[in-house]
Amino acid sequence: MNILEDYKNLWVYIEVVDGKAKSVGLELLNPGRRLVAINNEKLIAVVIGDDVEDVAKIAIAYGADEVILVEGSEYKEYSTDGYVNVLEKLVTKYKPSTLLIGATNNGRDVAPRLSCRIKTGLTADCTGIDIDEESGNIAWTRPAFGGNLMATILCPNTRPQIGTVRPGVFKKMEPDFAREAKISREKIYTPKEEIRTKLIKCIKETAGELVNLEEAKIIVSGGRGLGKAENFSLIKEFAEVLGAAVGSSRAAVDAGWISHINQVGQTGKTVQPKIYIACGISGAIQHLAGMNSSDTIIAINKDENAPIFDVANYGIVGNLFEVLPVLIEEIKKIRINK
Amino acid sequence: MNILVCVKQVPDTTEIKIDPITNTLIRAGVPSIVNPFDAYALDLAVRIKETNGGSITVLAMGPEQAKSALKECLSVGADKAILVSDRAFGGSDTLATSYILSTTIKAIEKKTEKFDLILCGKQAIDGDTGQVGPEIAEHLGYSQVTYAEDITVDGEILRVIRENDDRHEIIETQIPAVITVIKTAYEPRYATIKSKMAANKVQIPTMTSGDLDIDLERTGLKGSPTKVKKTFVPQLKKSGIIIKGETGSVSAFKLISLLSDARLI
Repeated sequence: MNILEDYKNLWVYIEVVDGKAKSVGLELLNPGRRLVAINNEKLIAVVIGDDVEDVAKIAIAYGADEVILVEGSEYKEYSTDGYVNVLEKLVTKYKPSTLLIGATNNGRDVAPRLSCRIKTGLTADCTGIDIDEESGNIAWTRPAFGGNLMATILCPNTRPQIGTVRPGVFKKMEPDFAREAKISREKIYTPKEEIRTKLIKCIKETAGELVNLEEAKIIVSGGRGLGKAENFSLIKEFAEVLGAAVGSSRAAVDAGWISHINQVGQTGKTVQPKIYIACGISGAIQHLAGMNSSDTIIAINKDENAPIFDVANYGIVGNLFEVLPVLIEEIKKIRINK
Repeated sequence: MNILVCVKQVPDTTEIKIDPITNTLIRAGVPSIVNPFDAYALDLAVRIKETNGGSITVLAMGPEQAKSALKECLSVGADKAILVSDRAFGGSDTLATSYILSTTIKAIEKKTEKFDLILCGKQAIDGDTGQVGPEIAEHLGYSQVTYAEDITVDGEILRVIRENDDRHEIIETQIPAVITVIKTAYEPRYATIKSKMAANKVQIPTMTSGDLDIDLERTGLKGSPTKVKKTFVPQLKKSGIIIKGETGSVSAFKLISLLSDARLI
């Protein structure tokens, strides 16, 4: 068992994709800031990649007190073996008390492998991070049972406390590009033969469609109520006049009407736009888990008992095929007049 | 290809309801199922076996009732099933669970032959952690690929199509490996009456801590670094403005005027 007092500071792992910081890493600097203020620690960003000093600077702009930067050609692409090796060596050397990792696919690939190697606790896919008043440990809050139940988890006896945190739950702080902070470079080498997976090819989805749900200001989502795949064009048209991203419920994805990357909810994306418009979505708890912290929620559904109305700020009980065309025309007019 | 598939028996979370008075989960009457992602993993294993030959073992940790999940797996293509069960395993978090499962895998391999490929579902729908698969890989020292949509086998090379946020990747690795599986393009096959009856007759062996080279300090609640402090039912906000009983266009006009009053459009 490790000695807890030896462990200090909160780390945020900044995932890099195509040479850029993923949004979630920068988002996590925000709750990180709040937690280090309570525990009187430093907020340290960890950046791994090849030629990624720019990412380190971005992390400073978004609030990091210090950055640990590990660069090497073997880290150009993510690999489980390479990245776990780096994180394990860093954690062993610097002994952080807490490590936050974005719950992206790569984040949820690296975190369990790392926590298992250093024999510490890991909490998955958290939507809340606080300090447990009684013990001073991090209190990780996460949904389970498909979003039906929330659990608060502690890791009292081992360090670091590690959690993966869902993208889109926290908002980034306003960046300050004049901010200066130390960048510590660490040389950690992973021999080629120790990286046992090889990325052969990468196929990006989305032909021109706006699907950056996590960063969209407005999202229009369609669900089972659309009835068939062709009717999704109505959602897309509505999204276009609003300059919104297109989302969907799981039912629409399962029916094959739209891609999984558009899915909002427990097994899809968590979003927090200014306006979320749910069309023909009944609002299963799994869907609500992914969108109920949106600033304003608008629901259109023919069933007035649909649970989506429980979270809606504005709702229309009615036939979406009658409502949407009128909304589209009216919003077009407003946009032209502006 | 000698394949092991780790499966978990879970409550069907889509059937779970909240008791409106006590505000707790109603678990009674909720059916137990094979975790859907494990079912996809098993089906993928069966497809790999059909092309490459070999055998499929399914392994579950849990109480005696979990044997019904294992029987379901036997009825849809698994050749062998093993349950690992012990009171000392109750309350295990993912680190302890993966330790128990990896220790069991080693014990099975000692008696028979090594597994080339270990498959798990990407996550179980009750805990939703997705951690046990990669942690098994770490305990065994094998390479891992998570979020696989499909796997093709080329000698000792496994070619995996992996889902990664906004993209798909093709990743190669060598056996032995642990791969976690998402919902695939194939609907898992159904059991036939005949295969169901045959599976029901199988006596599934149970392994306990006595059959394993295991440190019980690392299992159960005391072997789990994470502790559940509390659970609660999420509260949803209410009190929105609902327009109803109007025609489509009247509702739309009303909504537009509400939204412009609130300066949202």
